[in-house]
Amino acid sequence: MPENAIELAGFSALMALLATVVALPPGVALGWLLARRAFPGRSVVETLATLPLVMPPVATGLILLRLFGRRSPVGRALESAGLDIVFTWKAVVIAMAVMSLPLIVLTAKAGFEHLNPRFEQMAGSLGAGPLRVFFTVSLPLAGRSVIAAALLGFARALGEFGATIMVAGGIPGQTETLSVAIYRFTEIGRDDEAMGLLMLSVALAFIAMFASHHVLRRRTA
Amino acid sequence: MIDLAFELLIQQGDFVLDIADTSRVEVLGLFGPSGAGKTTLLESIAGLRAPTRGELTVGATTLFSSSQRINLPARDRRIGYVPQDSLLFPHLTVRGNLAYGTPPVAVRRSPVTTDLDSVAAMLEIVPLLDRRIQGLSGGERQRVALGRALMTQPALLLLDEPLAAVDRGRRDRILPYLLRIRREWHIPLIYVTHDAAELSQIADRVLVIGDGRVHRAGAPADVLDT
Repeated sequence: MPENAIELAGFSALMALLATVVALPPGVALGWLLARRAFPGRSVVETLATLPLVMPPVATGLILLRLFGRRSPVGRALESAGLDIVFTWKAVVIAMAVMSLPLIVLTAKAGFEHLNPRFEQMAGSLGAGPLRVFFTVSLPLAGRSVIAAALLGFARALGEFGATIMVAGGIPGQTETLSVAIYRFTEIGRDDEAMGLLMLSVALAFIAMFASHHVLRRRTA
Repeated sequence: MIDLAFELLIQQGDFVLDIADTSRVEVLGLFGPSGAGKTTLLESIAGLRAPTRGELTVGATTLFSSSQRINLPARDRRIGYVPQDSLLFPHLTVRGNLAYGTPPVAVRRSPVTTDLDSVAAMLEIVPLLDRRIQGLSGGERQRVALGRALMTQPALLLLDEPLAAVDRGRRDRILPYLLRIRREWHIPLIYVTHDAAELSQIADRVLVIGDGRVHRAGAPADVLDT
């Protein structure tokens, strides 16, 4: 186990947590929209939101690098606002958030589809506007799915490698996550340290997935 | 008393509901077998289901008109709906369910106070207020759903087989609450049932519905074979 194993795990968990916080609100909103509303371009939106699930993560990372890099209009605008993204911890969060978004959207969508729409109609008939219906009926009744979506998103973010290394670089002590460190230690032949980190990341992933399954099982019970 | 006028065509797969009536009533009864289209009509009046075409006026308000392109959202209709399965919010207590529906600020029509305590007292559900929905009996659920609808000070109350989920012995205990709503609160009702005896006790006009059409319309004694 490398000396900084705990810092690595802590940094990865913190980044994954921030990524989940960033991706959860739009992911849940999108999941609700896809489950409950028919609008033009719906299947295009659904396909785009779930694309990072099937695209090579490295390719997603390259898109993000191009998008936030200094040569792009977005990157330049952010830079002039004093925001450096690429090769900083912010890039780690963005890469993780984009990669976990599809799982959050799909899990939340399934949760809202599972919910009897007549509860929402009843809330409307009692005088509640769409926002109040969402926050007081849809969200609480689909609560377990939303928690499961967050845990799944967190687990996915924790294991992120391809997109992160493209856009954040994996600079030791600055943007290096557990999975990037495993790769680096293996590259330079320090297999024991890689093995130690491997066990650590398996343990973290196991906890997140176990919690997610537990929450979803209680929903169906 | 309220003026009710509707002329509605509702298509739902192979089923077609083609129904019209104009009346000035306190309690309009809809009578007919299961599958006659009674619930579909209630949901259209409540605004939960858009009719294919037609007109619907309650009091002085046009709620739906395909010719004038009006389809008032359910939340603006001021219609209380008590569905057969009561649809109480399972994540809220009885009190939370009652408090969910609040009247629009502009509404100050009723001389009767609709604060939560007086509604709960009238329906005799005060001891249930802090209970969760899961443990309630069918009759208790119906009374809570009724109270939740009353809290919005509706201009019209729709009751879909309010006694169906209540076992026979207890039915005689629910009906008095409904009669009180009519007598003391002066809230007009549309009352759906397939039990003729209930209607002869509560309704002043009955539509006999079958296969999506009105077969007969008139006073309970004239149209029901009791």
